[in-house]
Amino acid sequence: MGFDFLQDKDRIFTNVYGFQSWDLKAAQKRGDWDKTADIIKRGNDKIINEMKESGLRGRGGAGFPTGLKWSFMPKESPDGRPSFLVINADESEPGSCKDREILRNDPHKLIEGALIAGFAMRARAAYIYIRGEYIMEAKVMEAAVKEAYDAGLIGKNASKSGYDFDVFVHRGAGAYICGEETAMIESLEGKKGQPRLKPPFPAGAGLYGCPTTVNNVESIAVVPTILRRGAAWFASFGREGNHGTKLFQVSGHVDKPAVFEEAMSIPFKDMIEKHCGGITGGWDNLLAVIPGGSSVPLVPAEQIMDAPMDFDGLKDLGSGLGTAAVIVMDKSTDIVRAISRLAYFYKHESCGQCTPCREGTGWMWRVMEKMRDGDADIGDIDTLYEVTKQVEGHTICALGDAAAWPIQGLIRHFRPEMERRINENKGAEVLEAAE
Amino acid sequence: MAEAANIPDEIEVRAKWGDFKFTPANEKLAKWQIAKYPEGRQKSAVMALLDLAQRQVGADTKTQGWLPVSVIEYVAAYLDMPYMRAYEVATFYTMYNLAPVGRFHVQVCGTTPCMLRGSDDVMAACKNKGMAKGKTTPDGLFTLTEVECMGNCSNAPMVQINDDNYEDLDYDIMTRILEDLAEGKKIKVGSQIGRKTSEPKGGPVILKDMVKANHDYRKEW
Repeated sequence: MGFDFLQDKDRIFTNVYGFQSWDLKAAQKRGDWDKTADIIKRGNDKIINEMKESGLRGRGGAGFPTGLKWSFMPKESPDGRPSFLVINADESEPGSCKDREILRNDPHKLIEGALIAGFAMRARAAYIYIRGEYIMEAKVMEAAVKEAYDAGLIGKNASKSGYDFDVFVHRGAGAYICGEETAMIESLEGKKGQPRLKPPFPAGAGLYGCPTTVNNVESIAVVPTILRRGAAWFASFGREGNHGTKLFQVSGHVDKPAVFEEAMSIPFKDMIEKHCGGITGGWDNLLAVIPGGSSVPLVPAEQIMDAPMDFDGLKDLGSGLGTAAVIVMDKSTDIVRAISRLAYFYKHESCGQCTPCREGTGWMWRVMEKMRDGDADIGDIDTLYEVTKQVEGHTICALGDAAAWPIQGLIRHFRPEMERRINENKGAEVLEAAE
Repeated sequence: MAEAANIPDEIEVRAKWGDFKFTPANEKLAKWQIAKYPEGRQKSAVMALLDLAQRQVGADTKTQGWLPVSVIEYVAAYLDMPYMRAYEVATFYTMYNLAPVGRFHVQVCGTTPCMLRGSDDVMAACKNKGMAKGKTTPDGLFTLTEVECMGNCSNAPMVQINDDNYEDLDYDIMTRILEDLAEGKKIKVGSQIGRKTSEPKGGPVILKDMVKANHDYRKEW
């Protein structure tokens, strides 16, 4: 039996391609801002419970249960400190391009979600942190926020719910690291975006020292629809522990790269056939896939074909769903270069705070560049692996891990190819010496 | 970490930009930005104000703009924060230009998803027009930068030129874009192969009802 593909009526982001206007009138016609006050009147705890029951796991990469995360926020403020919701729209993980479609084509889903989520966790305002390079997207978001204020949907007595709630747009200025929640908070405070040591966790002391929850754009934008259709509806998609619908983003060597919403746990092959027109040159031409954005290890072709695209299915393959940014590589790919380019990315984006990352990302990239031409010894592969293990787990934030994992994945699955290059290069040297 | 920029000579720059002040229109925008944050937290607006200042310098120089030291000093004073704290921000984030750029700042994405779909060819098209990474062409028209993932991966390869993205590129399309810009022609932004946004090339396979009308799916729930 084939996979039950998601039907259009069950898609949350119906304007994902922007064929229709993003504006308030059009969004309301699609069902946004429909009796939002009634949802709010269900009460904080009921909303959080419903979110827990829906099985929604954070869509920013880590997959932490969203409802549970909200429940960490204080129920009352003993010292008068307000609470904040920060929405992470600093989409910068190579391969990821889904939040962009929400920001520019369905911004009202995000604003309505911000109000409901903010109410549920007892926040007084939301800051939407949009990466600086999303210039047009930020303009749309600002305009949508203004529309929502003008219509009384947010602000004082938001949507006539009796709850006061503000939404502000904050633009970044080019720094991948600000996608890390505490770096984002630092950046919001007007500093360079370097991650904080935890604890304290943001739910205890985050933005301006106040309780703060940081959620991904998609995690917040799906909230109103989940609460309208019910937790059971959302939980009816995907395997146990991996429920819901999800925006997938496919890039690289497929006939038609695209962004689309599908049911979680969709098998890789079905997904590519239906939405992307297949692999360039056919399925025999598939080499490897990075299934969750640049930070997760690659998976070789034969292992990914029938794998369910969800958190646990990809974890079982030693990789991860991450942001569901699927980077496909066919057999024309110089796989060592592809990973080396990611090593360069992490070198470029290291914030420089922790030594293993600051020094290690540059070192790993330089060695990876040597590996491209095989200008190394076989033993260097082991040294490289050893260094990735020294970086991994020894930094304040996960950027060190993210820089280490792609290289570990390469060595795990493509060591023979790395050795072949080294041996070929050595052979060439011997030949030259003989001449 | 990113490489440090070559900061231009201090005396000349100060002579030119020492009196920098926000225009009345930008002053208004600056106040609006500051009002987004709680009382006493005006420092949070430093990123927005540096961007605003860079854009004002850009309007004066007919480029994307940049941040002379005296302009950073102005922003720091405006927000009542030490100069060094604002300078720290200006050097940390890649979108603040610490040296002048050309009329068009050509930012080619070179990260793996774009690389897989031909960003080498996009870069080659730039180089064949006389550009070099990190340099401005002698006519002051183009500055070329290789940037990291811009989040347009399903429309790769791509380039951001000043505020606009051009997507689904190849060598010939990129060459045409550069020529059109040099001639002052208006170019369509976004996908260059007729895609609306990130639907598959040739038209969406899902949500077809949405193409022609603003369909309300609630009736089918």
